[in-house]
Amino acid sequence: MTSRDRVLGRIRDALGPARGTPVAVPRDYRRHLGAGRADVLALFLERVAGHGTPVRHVGADELATALAAALWSRDVKRIIVPPGLPSGWLAELDGVEIAPDAPGTAPDAADTVVTGCAAAVAETGTIVLDGGRGQGRRALTLRPGLHLCVVHADQIAGTVPEAVARLLPSRPQTWLTGPAVAPGPSRAPSPHGPSALEVLVVED
Amino acid sequence: MTPRPKFAAAARPALADTALRRALADTAADARARRAAAVAELPDWPALRAAGRAVKDRTLLNLDACLERLERAVVDAGGTVHWAENAAQAARTVVRLAAAAGAGEVAAPAASVLEEIGLDGALTAAGIAVHRTGADAEFPAGARVAVTGVDLMVAETGTMVALERAGDVRRCLTVPDALITVAGLEQVVPDRADLEVLLQSVSRSAGERLAPVVSAWTGVVAGDGPAAFHLVLVDNGRTRALADEVGRAALRCVGCDACLHVCPVYERTGPEPYGAPHAGPIGAIRTPQLRGVASAANASLPFASTLCGACADVCPVEIDIPEVLVRLRGKVVDARRGRPVPTPELAMMRAAAWTLTDPHRYEAALRGGTRWARLLARGGRIRRLPGRLGVWTDARDLPVPPARSFRVWWRDRGERP
Repeated sequence: MTSRDRVLGRIRDALGPARGTPVAVPRDYRRHLGAGRADVLALFLERVAGHGTPVRHVGADELATALAAALWSRDVKRIIVPPGLPSGWLAELDGVEIAPDAPGTAPDAADTVVTGCAAAVAETGTIVLDGGRGQGRRALTLRPGLHLCVVHADQIAGTVPEAVARLLPSRPQTWLTGPAVAPGPSRAPSPHGPSALEVLVVED
Repeated sequence: MTPRPKFAAAARPALADTALRRALADTAADARARRAAAVAELPDWPALRAAGRAVKDRTLLNLDACLERLERAVVDAGGTVHWAENAAQAARTVVRLAAAAGAGEVAAPAASVLEEIGLDGALTAAGIAVHRTGADAEFPAGARVAVTGVDLMVAETGTMVALERAGDVRRCLTVPDALITVAGLEQVVPDRADLEVLLQSVSRSAGERLAPVVSAWTGVVAGDGPAAFHLVLVDNGRTRALADEVGRAALRCVGCDACLHVCPVYERTGPEPYGAPHAGPIGAIRTPQLRGVASAANASLPFASTLCGACADVCPVEIDIPEVLVRLRGKVVDARRGRPVPTPELAMMRAAAWTLTDPHRYEAALRGGTRWARLLARGGRIRRLPGRLGVWTDARDLPVPPARSFRVWWRDRGERP
């Protein structure tokens, strides 16, 4: 008899006749904000900014310029980009070296990373990465440098249930809501936290 | 090894430490305010609580099927599942897996289940260095193997979910060789839709709109993170708790800690006197059920409460903690009933029953008691009762009984009592 059998046996003994009792989950909580697209976008911008994260809302034709300006204002000379990042986003960069992320390479602390995202949540001011196109592996966004994240307006879900429904559970997900904080009551930013985040929301 | 002291004795050093009490009170007040604000923002909080409760009840009443489903999904995603009957077996399993991965060191962010199985000691004894990452320790850059806890597991997809403030588990998901995740049996939920409930209710209970870092990992993903994933499922008393139809509610706990910060007892004693990874009201109902009430220390935990009910009001999965506490108090008393030498409380209760069931014995006791009480009194109060009764007056004064009892007064009016 294996430990698996013994543990499962103990569970069955413990539950006795109650085992397998069906329990209905009342799912009458809110799934949607009941707000229009513009209000959802406005809430997302407000919540992200409320976390102290710089966020800008730009038109589709302004994205490349806004991205270049964000990097220029921070004097960034080199960026690392994940596979599948749309090349148009980087069209306006001048004097910035673009290095593709290669698994196995040790990340340089100072490097800036540009990614897209898989989804975002307005109510919580969250961005979600899942390793998909233009997002890269988990390690990419864990360096202490700047992380510039581009969010398409139609990627913004109103609520957590909407976002969960949009995402594939099998993908390696990272949900980021404001800066990571150290444990305890101080709420100070974690000294070893990942990159500083900056968000660009692009209208489609 | 000396046995762990009972709660009341273990709490004395903390109660005498005014700086600690002030720090605890500040932390608790801050956590309460943050939770209240986060919850007040949601118009559907009662619906989320009811759903969270039902999700966990559904899990527990179908726990065997749920875990078998989880195991299949984890294996399908390229992971391996290990089962541990107790803490020692769980620790041995993790040590064996870490050693097999060739690890001389592992990264292991603090997690209550790792503390529960005594992992640090087991790894160190096997010659494997443990990097307890956190606020004051940087993540080891060269770590190739990591050991983590987890907050939720989704049976449908085999997905592990961790809610964090600092993001140490997130870092563990990038080690190259092996990730070993240790979980209590009860941490599973049936479906991915259950995440939409608990992600919200756990985060809000901890005072956040959403936990700052939420990571989800499913088996092994080529080109992203560890080459091997192991899940160690730990019983260690959970099936014992599951057997009690009232007490099993404690296994609904999702680890938000909201009950700690509203508890008037925890706010004064802090976590130490609970002597287990889970402190506060949830610790007082979890620990005696997981470990049994044979030891005096565990048996004292259900009494470490005023039964005020604040914990039940804030619990995101509606655990009626006072109900379970009362249930466990009954179990502790029952467990001691058969002893050859009765406990002082039982002896007193038996003496009281003998006295109170006969009017002559009662009146004689009343006369004697009144005389003694008036001798002991100072300024209308009794500050200390003699002998074992003194324990009761440690924290209370007793008013002096009047010179004439009600019965005497009634009789003197010329009436029969």
